[in-house]
Amino acid sequence: MDSLLSLLNVSLNYHTKQKETLAVKDLSFDVSSGEFAAIIGPSGCGKTSILSLIAGLIKGYGGDVFFDGEKLLKPSEKIGYMLQRDELFPWLTISENVYLPLKIKRLYNKENKDLADELIKKYGLIDFCDFYPNQLSGGMRQRAALIRTLAASPELLLLDEPFSALDYQTRLVVCNDVHGIIKSENKTALLVTHDISEAVSLSDKIIVLTQRPAKVKNCYILDFDKDLTPIERRESDRFSQWFETLWRDLN
Amino acid sequence: MENYSSEHKKYLVGIRKKAVVVNVMRVGLLVVFLVLWELSVSLGLIDGFIFSSPSRILSTIKNLYLSGELFSHIGTTLYETIIGFIAASVIGITIAVFMWWSETLKKIAEPYIVVLNSLPKIALGPLIIIWFGAGSGSIIFMAVIITVIVTVINMLAGFCEVDNGKILLLRSMGASKFQIFTRLVFPASLPTLVSTLKINVGMSWIGSIMGEYLVSKRGIGYLIVYGGQVFKLDLVMASTFILCVLAGVMYAAVALAERLLLKWQ
Repeated sequence: MDSLLSLLNVSLNYHTKQKETLAVKDLSFDVSSGEFAAIIGPSGCGKTSILSLIAGLIKGYGGDVFFDGEKLLKPSEKIGYMLQRDELFPWLTISENVYLPLKIKRLYNKENKDLADELIKKYGLIDFCDFYPNQLSGGMRQRAALIRTLAASPELLLLDEPFSALDYQTRLVVCNDVHGIIKSENKTALLVTHDISEAVSLSDKIIVLTQRPAKVKNCYILDFDKDLTPIERRESDRFSQWFETLWRDLN
Repeated sequence: MENYSSEHKKYLVGIRKKAVVVNVMRVGLLVVFLVLWELSVSLGLIDGFIFSSPSRILSTIKNLYLSGELFSHIGTTLYETIIGFIAASVIGITIAVFMWWSETLKKIAEPYIVVLNSLPKIALGPLIIIWFGAGSGSIIFMAVIITVIVTVINMLAGFCEVDNGKILLLRSMGASKFQIFTRLVFPASLPTLVSTLKINVGMSWIGSIMGEYLVSKRGIGYLIVYGGQVFKLDLVMASTFILCVLAGVMYAAVALAERLLLKWQ
């Protein structure tokens, strides 16, 4: 497998009036095409900054980030970012929300609109497409946010704790849902989370970061059956072993 | 409707009853007030020359109408107020957009805005008369300066309140600052815009009437000042009544615009 995304000796500073903090130092890892990778690490270790950096939102960092063979310098059209909250625009209907990235990227034409409509239909949002976001449940909203991210046909999805705003029950269901959609669309994903069980239930690969300044402490390839859904993984024996391993790593 | 349980029907009837009570009381209060006022004057409890009365107000308005002056006064004030309202809203929103656009510009302008906001604009009266002459120009200018600063402050606060996560989302899609404004910041600030326009209706009325107090030959504010000077208190009361009606109508127009703009709420 080719690596779709690679970070090489990346370092990152936070600047405030008082001081400069080294947040990330000598960070290197790869994410292969079609892989579901997760980054976990102690809170405050700069996980979100790493995603922002890959999303092209941070200017001025050390080292290199390569995406699809090219150095990343600005937001790439092939990368979709999904944030902690769904961030659906309340004044737009669900389908208008889904078209938003197309309109921003000036890719809004018949062909792409049809693709987006196809996704809306395929993933059960068709009955809600003329609804406003506040008429939907939290789980449905998060699904709409994922479809919005997919509408611009990204190759890599960045997921920044996308389930943390949901209650536990919904979270398990949405987690399953999102995993299913990403796998069936054959997308590469990079998830950032502080929830070990979430990372174990979703990913093919887990990258464990150290305390600040963050670098890679360990990298695990998970050996679950290919076809297991996140909920099925949670029921398997290997799940608690992986959980244990990662938990030790983090403490 | 037929499918509802008797409990739900009772609940609905309860809501309707409350709405009826509110409407009846609203109208009733006004009627009782007017009747008491009229009676007190006709029974000699209060002096109609000083306190006027509903019937005297009506006949004053009728006389104004018969003399052909009524609509000329209303037209003048309405013209000044509406032009002042539109100009101040457009200028204020434009300034707020520039201040949102550039953090540096915002910081530079902030102290000026604060000082201009606390300055009682009426203090500029003499200057305005000399600069803009004794006519509608001065009055419109007064309406504008009274309204514009509040518009800038409110709209800028609205623009800056926009959720950071949504801005981040748009930036990750590669949005330009212009796109962030038109797609997110402006639509997100529509509720603020509507509440600002509502405040502006009141502010521009204050401005135009105050302007007419200072310098005018025609208009509702002129009638009030003139009525006060020659002790025609019926005229003062009648003009105030007309003012209430006009301000109410203008407010209703903005409320209608609100319903059209904010469908999604």
